Amino acid sequence: MTIPLLDVAELSRRFPAGRRSWLSRAPGPQVHAVSDVTITLGRGEALGLVGESGCGKSTLARLLSRLLDPSEGSIRFDGRELSFVPARHFAADPARRRIQLVFQDAGESINPRFTAWDAIADPLRTLLGLRGEDLAASVAEAAALCGLPEALLGRFPHQLSGGQRARVGIARAVGPRPDLMILDEPTAALDVSVQVTILKLLAELRARLGMSYVFVSHDLNVVRLLCDRVAVMYLGRIVETGPAEAVFRDPRHPYTRALIAAAPALDGIRRPVPLLPAEPRSPVDLSPSLCAFHGRCPDGVERCLQERPVLRRMEEGWEAACHFAGSKHGALPQTLPG
Amino acid sequence: MTLQVEGLSVAFRTRAGIVRALDGVGFAVAAGETLALVGESGSGKSVTAYALLGLLGAAGQITAGSALLEGTDLVAATPRAMARIRGRRAAMIFQNPRAALNPIRQVGRQIADVLRRHAGLGRRAARDGAVEMLRGVGIPDPARRAGAYPFQLSGGMCQRVMIAVAVAAKPALLIADEPTTGLDVTTQALVMDLIAGLASSNGMATLLITHDLALAAERAQRIAVMHAGHVVEVAETRALIDRPRHPYTQRLLAATPRAVGSLDALHSISGNLPDLRRDDLPPCRYAGRCARAVASCASVLPWADLGGGHRVLCWNPL
Repeated sequence: MTIPLLDVAELSRRFPAGRRSWLSRAPGPQVHAVSDVTITLGRGEALGLVGESGCGKSTLARLLSRLLDPSEGSIRFDGRELSFVPARHFAADPARRRIQLVFQDAGESINPRFTAWDAIADPLRTLLGLRGEDLAASVAEAAALCGLPEALLGRFPHQLSGGQRARVGIARAVGPRPDLMILDEPTAALDVSVQVTILKLLAELRARLGMSYVFVSHDLNVVRLLCDRVAVMYLGRIVETGPAEAVFRDPRHPYTRALIAAAPALDGIRRPVPLLPAEPRSPVDLSPSLCAFHGRCPDGVERCLQERPVLRRMEEGWEAACHFAGSKHGALPQTLPG
Repeated sequence: MTLQVEGLSVAFRTRAGIVRALDGVGFAVAAGETLALVGESGSGKSVTAYALLGLLGAAGQITAGSALLEGTDLVAATPRAMARIRGRRAAMIFQNPRAALNPIRQVGRQIADVLRRHAGLGRRAARDGAVEMLRGVGIPDPARRAGAYPFQLSGGMCQRVMIAVAVAAKPALLIADEPTTGLDVTTQALVMDLIAGLASSNGMATLLITHDLALAAERAQRIAVMHAGHVVEVAETRALIDRPRHPYTQRLLAATPRAVGSLDALHSISGNLPDLRRDDLPPCRYAGRCARAVASCASVLPWADLGGGHRVLCWNPL
């Protein structure tokens, strides 16, 4: 069997929340931003990461790109364990070149005093050590790949349109020819017509360069267009993962169902699924023994408060973490457990 | 009609020249109805809202047109009269609730301020009223949350507080400028349900400004599409989505991701918005990007009435 490009096992990240008493030796309250996440990503595969704000998808993206150290768990990248490399040393790691990031708003993630050319050249200079003519040739190549006309390369971010800035952000990440690109809401700030061109560019780059994507987005329709697989996160945990098309057509977890139902559709027909009430539980000191979705879940029963559902296999490559997943369309099973 | 806008034109003086941001914008919203104003950034959606409420600032000027709110012309109103209209008869929800709320004033007080100023309530009645408003917008434990500052509340909660501030004095017109941008889809659905509920119970006219055609399709009875400062098409929601007649509306729909279909089925809109500083702007500001442009596009545009309230600003509609 070939080794997957990215093999993440039981990855967790906790942040301290608030102060702990100086008298007590017990650990203070903690935010469980990412809990027990296991995912694999093959070469050339695109995985979509969806969920509400605060579900930990951005923290997971930062862990995978090694900007943040995990509390527990392993991140194997191309067979090599990366979780032991401290985030502050990772910039000098040879794998840095192979994992690149694209941020939400290139206008804010690019140094405002860098021209587009400087922004694209910077990682080529620092990661690949390119200089002079080699550097210029690589910058021109990356820009051309991303459809940036040479005339725009001398401009500063504020002189570029939103779509052009997005292209600079992508060109900067593509320049070092990474194996894995982590895209954090790359089209969230764009108009639909520009979003289409950027999505098409990303699809084309993936096909052409054989990169793998981890695509973080809150727009389910966009994830469906770009990704082979999708992982739905809720309060730090993956609650459903599977082939994107299939999950969107027939979601098994009640949270996935609610998320899909809540997205407005052009046909203007409201889905007959109850909307999620109120807000998620607090991620501070979450009890590990209950289903975090209980309280908002239309199907929640007593058992969900006593036993946290684990990811169960629905079909090949499709898992959901719900006691009742697999029973058709949220209907409770005939015999109620407990 | 609660709101009747006709021929509204707005220009901004800038160092680079005069920007004709709005040109002859017209639409109407009836009591209890939601009209969505959709378009890409730079199309003039927000400028329309700011112009209606007299919030354009020093550089912007209404150069022509009228906007009748229950018979009162908002364009002709003095700043003093506008101050009485804003909050009482017409209110606005802004895109970023955290920026629009006063960061150093408890949210309950911000609602009570509106009740005291516009509903004429006393101090205590206003405080109780504010708690009731918070309960009405679905904030749990409203008596305690009334004492919270905006930074202590989540984005969705702040948006609810702002809705409470806006509807406290039961305005006849609510302008919601991208009310759910930046919110999760689940929260978005709740906030939009809340606005719809208030609109139907108070008979409030709602102007929903959004770039999201799907949101407009789901929430508005009618849609007006804007492009470069023109309203180019107005119709009942279903008619506009199912059979767009303006070439721009059609392209906008073709660029919107749907729940089915592949990336290949989506098409971007060729060309860019025209430079609104030009003196020789063509009558149709879409003509330069339009695949259906004909010779007559260079002459003054007619409104084509296609029946059933479906109107389109085009010489060669689909």
